[in-house]
Amino acid sequence: MFSVTGISKTYGAVQALDQVSLDLRAGEVVALVGDNGAGKSTLVKALSGAITPDTGAITVDGSRVRIATPRDAQALGVSTVYQDLALCENLDVVANLYLGSEHRRWSVLGHLRMERAARDLLTSLDVRIRDIRVPVAMLSGGQRQSVAIARALIGRPRLVILDEPTAALGVEQTAQVLDLIRRLRERGLAVLVISHNLADVRAVSDRVVVLRLGRNAGEFRTAATSQEAIVAAITGAITHEH
Amino acid sequence: MSTDTLVRRPYTPKEAVARLRRGDLGAWPVVGGLIAIAAVFGTLNEHFLSAENLTNLALQMAATGTISLGIIMVLLLGEIDLSAGSVSGLCAVVMTILYVKQSWNPVAAIALALAAAAAIGLLHGLMHTRLRMPSFVVTLAGLIGWQGLLLYLLGQGGTINLPFDGFVSKLSDTWLPSWLAWTLVAALTAGWAASAVIVRRARRAADLPVPAAYLTWLRVAGLGLALAGAVTILSADRGVPLLLVVFGALVIVLDLVLRHTVFGRWTYAVGGNAEAARRAGIDVTRIRVLAFVLAATLAGFGGVLAASRLSAVNQASGGSDILLMAIAAAVIGGTSLFGGRGRPYAALLGILVIQSITNGMLLLNVDSSVRYMVTAAVLALAVAIDSLARKGSAR
Repeated sequence: MFSVTGISKTYGAVQALDQVSLDLRAGEVVALVGDNGAGKSTLVKALSGAITPDTGAITVDGSRVRIATPRDAQALGVSTVYQDLALCENLDVVANLYLGSEHRRWSVLGHLRMERAARDLLTSLDVRIRDIRVPVAMLSGGQRQSVAIARALIGRPRLVILDEPTAALGVEQTAQVLDLIRRLRERGLAVLVISHNLADVRAVSDRVVVLRLGRNAGEFRTAATSQEAIVAAITGAITHEH
Repeated sequence: MSTDTLVRRPYTPKEAVARLRRGDLGAWPVVGGLIAIAAVFGTLNEHFLSAENLTNLALQMAATGTISLGIIMVLLLGEIDLSAGSVSGLCAVVMTILYVKQSWNPVAAIALALAAAAAIGLLHGLMHTRLRMPSFVVTLAGLIGWQGLLLYLLGQGGTINLPFDGFVSKLSDTWLPSWLAWTLVAALTAGWAASAVIVRRARRAADLPVPAAYLTWLRVAGLGLALAGAVTILSADRGVPLLLVVFGALVIVLDLVLRHTVFGRWTYAVGGNAEAARRAGIDVTRIRVLAFVLAATLAGFGGVLAASRLSAVNQASGGSDILLMAIAAAVIGGTSLFGGRGRPYAALLGILVIQSITNGMLLLNVDSSVRYMVTAAVLALAVAIDSLARKGSAR
């Protein structure tokens, strides 16, 4: 279990995060919502090692950890899929999945091993790509997003963070990606989804955590909460604290 | 589970046509262009397709083709090396001075000249990555500066001749005996066929899709026939020139390195999306510096081959249109100027096109003014085909 307790971060005069707390459990999808500037990105950066918070603690399974670099985050099993996906469009699906962690022997690529593992991974996630040896440039937006998410699983993470995974997608492709997120949950991963789209949030998450102006502004069980209540927490009309 | 949706089936003829329509043309436009060039010049001048002239063509293309291979390395990263011509000339001059004036062992002289070229590439790479100078500017400075150093080293005389029967000159005047040439053809074809069979077996054992058998054998047979044809023609004259074998070996080795090693994979990754490569933990700076080192070293080796062919170095070594021809060859062969796309075979095909045009025009006694304009038109056409193809495949 990943726990963030009371972390704060200031950039000059701007208080980006103010005593924010967040719990992430295995097999649970948590949606992180909030208006622009609410501190969602800063919180994610703190978890993925892109920044170090000024105060507060991050604990994994009860013991306090230090995440100072992306490599630290990776070692703790945190994998982040950024909004821009960071895929090499000229390379094929297999190459993208294993980019930077290629199977190799004396620097000669293990093509077959990687292709087979890539096929098995994509099959287990029910990602449908007809030919995984075509360049990523030839895939649809939903397929690209799926490849990016599948790539986050290569290092066997425990927590997967998805930044706006459905922002650029159409209706059908959004449904595919949401299915994929559910499958991550079934695999027993902790999943943190950042989204602006409350319909998607309600469709896929178990819990919604709202940030507003850098503070916790409410936490809801998705199934038991109306969309109005979440919107109210985002805009500051009312405050729910747990 | 939908395993079957992940299986790579071989392309049926119908799918192949669809792929072509989508703009996935591969090397076919260049091959078509070559056939057209051969047909046009062949009808205009009966000497063009003669064994003697085709042998000369093979000799002419090795030096610039080698430089072009280096250009491809930097083009793959979306960078450019404008200094390749000057570096090739400088490297040839360094080698000649050590060999002729200082009486060094020729192999040692070549090795030191190549090391100097590598050092120049390292300097370019560091200026590009550490000082964040655009590669265009770094290598433009190189183009002028190394040309200056070349003139300084040559001094007053301006020309140094290489001994005609020395090792360096012999490089371009050595011909493979017929038995060796045919052994090479057999070995290459058998090697490729064997690797194809092994890969097919391994893929099938790993339960991975394999391309249709007839496609594999068609390719092996095509390669075998092309090689056999080349050897037959070249044997009708003086034989297969060593220079061509050296150039061909460089093309094959570089292609294997780019396709099957981590370095090659990362080179394409950096050219495709440098930021994604950096986030994936790839040392982007190291890949960039290595590419410039390789480019300069190959340029230097091309310079040595050019000196060998001329049996001399002079103030024009590595000058005039060599650089532009090398870049044009890479682009005509299908290397993208925007990085991430292209294979070493581009240098071979591209230089064949350019050298055929040059050679054919010279046979026809066409003025060099016309030659330049035709070459320019071919270059523009190649880039236009590439751009349109990409537009077709973009979504």
